[in-house]
Amino acid sequence: MNFNLAGLIKAAVLNGTPLLFGTSGEILTEKSGNLNLGVEGLMFMGGAFGLAGAFWYDQLAGGNASGIVAVLIALLCAFLAGCFGSLIFSFLTISLRANQNVTGLALTIFGTGVGQFVGEQLRLKVGGNISISNALKGSFANPVLPQSLQDIPFLGQVLFSYNGFVYLGIAMAIVMSLFLNRTRRGLYLKAVGESPSTADAAGINVTKYKYLATVIGGGISAIGGMVYTMTIAGTVWNHTALSGEGWVAVALVIFCLWKPLNALWGSVLFGGLMIMYLRVPVSFIPSQIYKVLPYIVTAIVLIIVSLRQKREDQPPASLGLPYFREER
Amino acid sequence: MTHAVELKNITKRFGSVVANDKVDLYVDNGVIMSLLGENGSGKTTLMNMLAGIYYPDEGQIFVNGKEVSIRDPKDAYANGIGMIHQHFKLIDVFTAAQNVALGIEDGKYDLKKVAEGVREISEKYGFDIDPDKKIYSMSVSEKQTVEIIKVLYRGANILILDEPTAVLTPQETDKLFRILKAMKEDGKAIILITHKLNEVMAVSDVVAVLRKGQHIKTVRTAETNPQQLTEMMVGRAVTLNIDRTDPVDPKPRLTIAGLTCRDSEGVSKLEDVGFIAYGGEILGIAGIAGSGQKELLEAIAGLRHISSGSIIYTPEGKSPAELVGKTPMEIKDAGVALAFVPEDRLGMGLVGGMGMTENMMLRTWNKGKGMFINRKEPEKVAEQVYEFLEVVTPSIDYPVRKLSGGNVQKVLVGREIASSPSVLMSAYAVRGLDINTSYIIYNLMESQKAKGVAVIFVGEDLDVLLALCDRILVLCGGRVSGIVDARTATKEEVGLLMTQVGGGKEANA
Repeated sequence: MNFNLAGLIKAAVLNGTPLLFGTSGEILTEKSGNLNLGVEGLMFMGGAFGLAGAFWYDQLAGGNASGIVAVLIALLCAFLAGCFGSLIFSFLTISLRANQNVTGLALTIFGTGVGQFVGEQLRLKVGGNISISNALKGSFANPVLPQSLQDIPFLGQVLFSYNGFVYLGIAMAIVMSLFLNRTRRGLYLKAVGESPSTADAAGINVTKYKYLATVIGGGISAIGGMVYTMTIAGTVWNHTALSGEGWVAVALVIFCLWKPLNALWGSVLFGGLMIMYLRVPVSFIPSQIYKVLPYIVTAIVLIIVSLRQKREDQPPASLGLPYFREER
Repeated sequence: MTHAVELKNITKRFGSVVANDKVDLYVDNGVIMSLLGENGSGKTTLMNMLAGIYYPDEGQIFVNGKEVSIRDPKDAYANGIGMIHQHFKLIDVFTAAQNVALGIEDGKYDLKKVAEGVREISEKYGFDIDPDKKIYSMSVSEKQTVEIIKVLYRGANILILDEPTAVLTPQETDKLFRILKAMKEDGKAIILITHKLNEVMAVSDVVAVLRKGQHIKTVRTAETNPQQLTEMMVGRAVTLNIDRTDPVDPKPRLTIAGLTCRDSEGVSKLEDVGFIAYGGEILGIAGIAGSGQKELLEAIAGLRHISSGSIIYTPEGKSPAELVGKTPMEIKDAGVALAFVPEDRLGMGLVGGMGMTENMMLRTWNKGKGMFINRKEPEKVAEQVYEFLEVVTPSIDYPVRKLSGGNVQKVLVGREIASSPSVLMSAYAVRGLDINTSYIIYNLMESQKAKGVAVIFVGEDLDVLLALCDRILVLCGGRVSGIVDARTATKEEVGLLMTQVGGGKEANA
């Protein structure tokens, strides 16, 4: 074997983590029956605002910036940016009952625009590529677990050598899965996504659940953009770096059959597929073909799922539909 | 004695339509009451006010003698009122227990506890349900049982069932009635919304009759009979001034025999329907909503799969031809036109965003030669419809969605007539129209009849059917319940046929 398997897995996991956030957030959103196609825009906003937050903290604190504070600020900025973007989406689609597809696409355009604006502004201000100080960079991208664990052959690299966001993402997906399957609120949320009129008749506040799930889901998705910028992109704003991440995340939601636990391995698989062209190049296959692999896999999964016709694997029944109470 | 639930002076309006007009009604514990009335008599609206779906404009509601305000379904449950809607409010991918747990906030979230509760209730009233079974794998009757359990689990004392037997087989109906009686023994007050007289007689203790939103009378079931109830339900005949001419030289145009249709779930929608429609005659079709009117018209127009039976079409001066197996296009071209006015008017037949001309084109789009459509012809048709039917529109290219209901219907019916059909089917053509506009449609039907067209007119208003048609075919549960002569038949006669196959003769036999 002329390539390094552990290295490939590690790269897949690192590259999959932004997707894990993007996808999990969108799963939460879609469970409420809202199809937010603005994930791409949300991830751009998360990336730009996360970077901006860390950058300004770094500037203001001078030399004694704390790594952990910088990470928290980046997380918070990205999350809030995502919440803001999806709040616009929620207001338009839930309160004003605008078409979700159109609104989502508009949010993508808006979000990428805002992200580019903030990122490029920073870049111009600094002159050249903006980046935070090397001391802080490490607190985003360096492994968090003890060296002794990382030194275990193979497993050390495959399981214990990651930055904190990887483990945060895994924990988040597990918590989300528990929430959806083991709690009353999770049951209510799924009910809202399946049949809002039924939930309404049972006395569940449909609007509240839709808003909360969409806004929090958008925030989680945006964190994915921040993770990408701060780890993979090396805290440097590059206006094309995030392109397509959000769309892959939306495709991944379908691939995962709307289950956060599936997103754990699904994001690693897609993360791997996205970098295959770098790691396992086959000379006669152009890299562009490699890059469409995630979409091809999604299409195949869709075909298989629709052939199997298993009810549990179908999207939430009211996905994409607005809810009018008076139409009962 | 205080009543389980009492309505006083309840009025509900939707815009200018009065759905319920000063209704006074009460039910006692341990009593099954039937709420009887025609379509649109306000039964469901009235009960929806108890269930918290609508809020009354005027009047008071008392539960156990105490005045209450029911603003949403939660309030209804808090007052011990539970309604089982005609369309089940269940989540398909959830289990029975998960559905029951929806919206109940009582301490720790524990599905096992809920499942246990479901089993207890099932045992008490003799249900047969597995709490862990998913809804999508259940039969209709099981789903209904889950709905009932949902209501009972919340401790409801007053149960409202909206036409519960509409979806059940006779055996399942019997089972449901046994359960209702068990609940009655348990002291619950039960209200059954229905328009099936035999069920009223079989299961209820008292009957309340609603007509046009008003409460006519409440009587003890033991002291009444189907004839009396029908009279109360349909009321006295209203005279309408429709110039009805005698059919001239009627010839069989459509001969239908043994027509049977099933829907995608295998439920029979039409069962062994047979009749002859004559040219130069208006054949009315009466029946309670969902008795197979729509299915019948769709079957003739070729829009519905036909399980068995034949439709023989005999055009003027040509040899008879079988329509079953032909495509809708072929049937249309042969001269069978369908003008169906659905509840939302625009849903089937017209495209709301397009003008009259373009809507006329929907009939003739495939007629032109070459790759470009021919606008001249449809424009001419649109002009004709516009002039003859006096459609009120700024221009024939104005989106039909923005026209008033009557004008939309004129466009729809006018287009079908413009194709000079030899069979004209219209369903609910005067739905929602004011009286004057309705007369324009009636006169249109009349003039078609005079031209020798076989007109099939599906209507809701019995007065209209009796005054306009030559014969009336009554459907009941997808079967032909009877064909009467509209000149001699009475409203009661038709009403009885609508509610029971054979007009009660079968039920009495």
